[in-house]
Amino acid sequence: MTLNAEDHSHLTPGPPWLEALRTEGRCHFAQLGLPTPRQEAWRFTNLAPLTQPRWQIAPPASAALNPGPLPSVVPADHPPSYRLVFVNGYWRPDLSSTSGMPNGMVLTGLAAALIDHADLIEAHLGRLARADTQALVALNTGLLASGALLVLPPGLMLERPVEVVMIGTGGESDPPLAWHPRLLVVAGAGSRATLIEHHLSQTHHQNCANLVTELFLGAGAQMRHYKTQRENPASFHLATTSGRLDRDASYEGFLLTTGGRLSRNEVRLVLDGSGATATLNGAYLVRGQQHCDTTTLIDHATPGGTSSQLFKGVLDDEAWAVFQGRVLVRPGAQRTDGQQLHRALLLSDRARIDAKPELEIHADDVKCGHGATVGDLDDDALFYLRARGIDRDAARSLLIAAFITETIARITDPVVAAAFESLADGWLTPG
Amino acid sequence: MMSAFCAALPDPGACGGTPPLKWTSRDQERKPEPMLEITNLHASVGDRPILKGIDLTVHAGQVHAIMGPNGSGKSTLSYILAGREGYTITEGSVTLDGRDLLTQSPEERAAAGVFLAFQYPVEIPGVSNATFLKAALNGVRRRRGEKELDAMEFLKLTRTKCRQLGMTDEMLKRAVNVGFSGGEKKRNEVLQMALLDPRLAVLDETDSGLDIDALRIVSDGVNALRGPDRAMLVITHYQRLLDHIVPDRVHVLAHGRIQRSGGKELALELEARGYAEFGADEAA
Repeated sequence: MTLNAEDHSHLTPGPPWLEALRTEGRCHFAQLGLPTPRQEAWRFTNLAPLTQPRWQIAPPASAALNPGPLPSVVPADHPPSYRLVFVNGYWRPDLSSTSGMPNGMVLTGLAAALIDHADLIEAHLGRLARADTQALVALNTGLLASGALLVLPPGLMLERPVEVVMIGTGGESDPPLAWHPRLLVVAGAGSRATLIEHHLSQTHHQNCANLVTELFLGAGAQMRHYKTQRENPASFHLATTSGRLDRDASYEGFLLTTGGRLSRNEVRLVLDGSGATATLNGAYLVRGQQHCDTTTLIDHATPGGTSSQLFKGVLDDEAWAVFQGRVLVRPGAQRTDGQQLHRALLLSDRARIDAKPELEIHADDVKCGHGATVGDLDDDALFYLRARGIDRDAARSLLIAAFITETIARITDPVVAAAFESLADGWLTPG
Repeated sequence: MMSAFCAALPDPGACGGTPPLKWTSRDQERKPEPMLEITNLHASVGDRPILKGIDLTVHAGQVHAIMGPNGSGKSTLSYILAGREGYTITEGSVTLDGRDLLTQSPEERAAAGVFLAFQYPVEIPGVSNATFLKAALNGVRRRRGEKELDAMEFLKLTRTKCRQLGMTDEMLKRAVNVGFSGGEKKRNEVLQMALLDPRLAVLDETDSGLDIDALRIVSDGVNALRGPDRAMLVITHYQRLLDHIVPDRVHVLAHGRIQRSGGKELALELEARGYAEFGADEAA
């Protein structure tokens, strides 16, 4: 089979509203089909390679696989994170650890949560992610079988971070495996938490993750949301995130991409209450024939909102990166401050970058700016370092790390900043 | 070649202070050979010849000044010695301690003992001075067959050097040359020189961008690094630097060749009469 929504035999029947949602998702996907470069939003990212492998949904047997050591950004001498682990798309309670959660907090597998939190899930699931217009969301909805639910009761200041770990694995004889997990985050008014996502591969096996994340941030809620995607270079990673920020809520996101044959992070944040703040930064480091797409939409729907984005990319060999950043200021969204900057460093003249920053402003009292630059390593700096005795390769690594540092330094959680910095360093000095 | 070179080195555990290259006992029995020997050096950028036959010999312990009008090839010479790309050597040779320099990469030359103090030290945002200096020092030590320094040893050595040069170690934390004043940039160059302990220091227009106080501080730093095992090539347009760093020999470079050589008094003569007699416009 190819990637489609027809084969849904693996799905455990859910409550009627969920079945209706799934059916709707499958219908939408049947109408929409996979996106093609003929659509503006997919102009530079061709999903044709995705239709080649004969994808299968991972068999439940992978529920017994040992995924090896589990990553964490938290050092050993810190209190551990609350951690949910997924292997080949299946939630693994045996590998997860959520003990000691404060009252009212929920962190569990989505399917399991249907028993105790059906009303809350029904009220939120599919309300932000648009299955009617976004094909990958439709596919995810039509095949929705697993995922994570994080609920923060109003006013909860969560000290320990939450980590969601998604590991792909498979043997030589296994077919390529696909999964369609959903992350649902409901942060009550005035709550605060740090959420870290790890997406990685245990083996060289080809996988496809089609992830959808929905984030509801209540009034004054503060969410730090950091993601690292370091899957193997055979795999596909497609992630669509939709977030809604209520009055005075703040969101700080970071996307670190080093993995995947083809990856896309599409992030849509709606500032839907006055005084909301969205910060979205990221770094991608790609080489070989990797294709890395970052598409963002910051939707200023209400007055007094602030958004800022800084993305930096490093491309070597024949890598191809896409950055599409759109800042939309709706009528009435006065006193909006929206800033966006994308900078790419090309280490090879065969690498390709397509950057498309867009401002769409329908209000008159706003402060918005955007910029995009593409450059290569500074020859003067390279010679200066080498003339001091630093090897060419080490000098290049030093300059690349310096380029990336500016955006990683914007991660306000120092533990995560250090962990992401070392992941970026790891890319610079591979195995 | 490298291992024979390393075999003659002092105890690798010794931390700085020792010259990077010692004469072997066999060499010491002979007459001292020239440290830097430039023979009939011709170089071009693209199709344009810049250096048209330079001959220059510098012995250990000596300080030679190269003076000349703008466009005479002074900076080209310094970049060629340090190994910058973009120049074509069409004729001639350059050796340091008898070894061919022109076939070596910039980092190999740094380890062999070439140090170029840049006219315009490069700003590198995002790299702390400490990270840079440690990478440089350990890069050079590794090639010289010496033990690399850990963070503590490095800090101790760097603080000592800073103290000897009358500098504060505050600039170790800042990004390399970013936001440095002209004087701070040049002092940073001198600090690098002190740490890397070169055989041959090439100072390219070290006085440019310095006021008289900064010039004195930087010159004192350079003078502190003069020694019997080290040679210096001071490249300058103006005589004033040579009041502070007094040379043993002065050469006038114009039109890609050394036109005249003499003692330190030649610099004073040039200051009085300009470069006009070498076919250069004084304003150039």
